[in-house]
Amino acid sequence: MEIIGIAFAALLGSNIVLSRFLGICPFLGVSKKSSNAIGMGLALIVVVTLSSMICYGLDKLLVLLGMASYLELVVFILVIASFVQLLEFFLKKYIPSLYKSLGVYLPLITTNCVVLQVCLDLVSREYNFLQTITYSVSTAAGYMLVIVLFSFIRMRLDNQEMPKAFKGNAIALITAGLMAMAFMAFSGFKF
Amino acid sequence: MSKRLKIFLNGLIFENPTLVIFLGMCPALGTTNTVENACYMSLCVLAVLVLSNIIISSIRKIVPNEVRIPVYIIIIATLVSVIDMLFHAYLSYDVYSALGSFISLIVVNCIILGRAESFASKNTVVDSIVDGVGYACGFAASIIVVALFREVVGTGCLSWAGHSVTIIPSAYVISIFASNSGAFIALGLVVALFTAVMNAIKDRKAKKLKEAK
Repeated sequence: MEIIGIAFAALLGSNIVLSRFLGICPFLGVSKKSSNAIGMGLALIVVVTLSSMICYGLDKLLVLLGMASYLELVVFILVIASFVQLLEFFLKKYIPSLYKSLGVYLPLITTNCVVLQVCLDLVSREYNFLQTITYSVSTAAGYMLVIVLFSFIRMRLDNQEMPKAFKGNAIALITAGLMAMAFMAFSGFKF
Repeated sequence: MSKRLKIFLNGLIFENPTLVIFLGMCPALGTTNTVENACYMSLCVLAVLVLSNIIISSIRKIVPNEVRIPVYIIIIATLVSVIDMLFHAYLSYDVYSALGSFISLIVVNCIILGRAESFASKNTVVDSIVDGVGYACGFAASIIVVALFREVVGTGCLSWAGHSVTIIPSAYVISIFASNSGAFIALGLVVALFTAVMNAIKDRKAKKLKEAK
C-alpha cells in the first residue's frame, strides 16, 4: 500500500513539474512538438531510473565512509553526467535506432534538475531499494505525462490569436498554470 | 557606452536569463512565494555565479578543451556545497527549509554553466566578474518582481524576518497567486509585460530612425 502511495504522489499528487517546479527549462523548450516531448519523456525515464539506482548504492558507500554530508552533491552530479555520456555511447553502438530517435535530448538531460532532485530525495526521505525504484519510475513517468499533455495544448495554441506580447513562452507559462490548477485536485487523495 | 557597461546591461536587460532567454526557470517559480525567499535565492545565485566565473576565467588557459565541462561541473558543485552549508549554518530555519533543495539544484542551473561555457572560458577575469554580476542582477530583478507581485496580490501583506505590513485588506486578496499554479500565471504575466515594454521601445526607436531619414 505504501508503494502505491509513493507512486500516486510522484505521478499526480505532487507532480514534479506542476507542483514542485522542477525541470521547467526542458518543459518549455522541448514541448513545441509532441514527438519531441515523447522522446524527451522516454529518455528521462531511462536516465532517472538507472542513475537513481547507482546513486542509491553510492550513497550507502559514502555514509559508510562518513563523507555523505559534503560529498553527496559532487558525487551525484558526476554520476549523472558520466552516466548520461555512457548511455549515449552504448545506445550509439548497440541500439542505433533508439539513439537516433532520442537525438539531442539525451545530452540535455544532464542539466535537467529532475534527475538530481530524485537522487537527493531518495537520500533525504530514506527510501529502501524497492521504494527508490518505484519513486524514480513514477516521478519520471509523471514528467512525461505532463510534458506530452502540455505539448498537445501548445500545438493548438500556435493557431490562436492573442496579444503580441503573450506569444511564445508567456502564454505557455499561463497555460501551465491552468494545468497546475487542474492537477491540484489530485493532491487531495490519500492512501 | 563603455564595454563593461555593455556587458553588465546585456545580462540585466537584453539577455535577461528569466524573462528573455528562459534559463533557470525552476527557482523563478519555486522560490518566489515571498520576497524574502527570492532575495536569499538571488544572493545565493550571485555568489555562485561570480565565484565560478572568477575561478573558471582564471584557469581558462590551463584546462584542456576536451575535459572542460566536467571541470566546470566540479567547480560549480563544490561552490554550491560550500554555499549550502553556509546558508544552513547562518540562515533562519524557516527560510532555509523554504528554499529547500533549490540551493543544491543551482548545480544544474543552466545560467551558471551557460555563462561558464560561453563567457568566462573566453574572457578576462574582470570582464567575467562584470558579466556574472550583470546576469545575477538580471535574475534577481526578475524574480524579486515576480515575488513582490505574488506576495502582495496573493497574501495581501509583505513580510521580512517575522515583521509584516498589510497592504491589501484580506477581503480583496487573490489567493491563487500564493499557490503553485499562481506561480506559473504570475511569471507568465511578468514575461508578457516585459516583452510588451521591450517591443514598445523597439518600435519607438525604429520610428525615430525613420523620421531622421
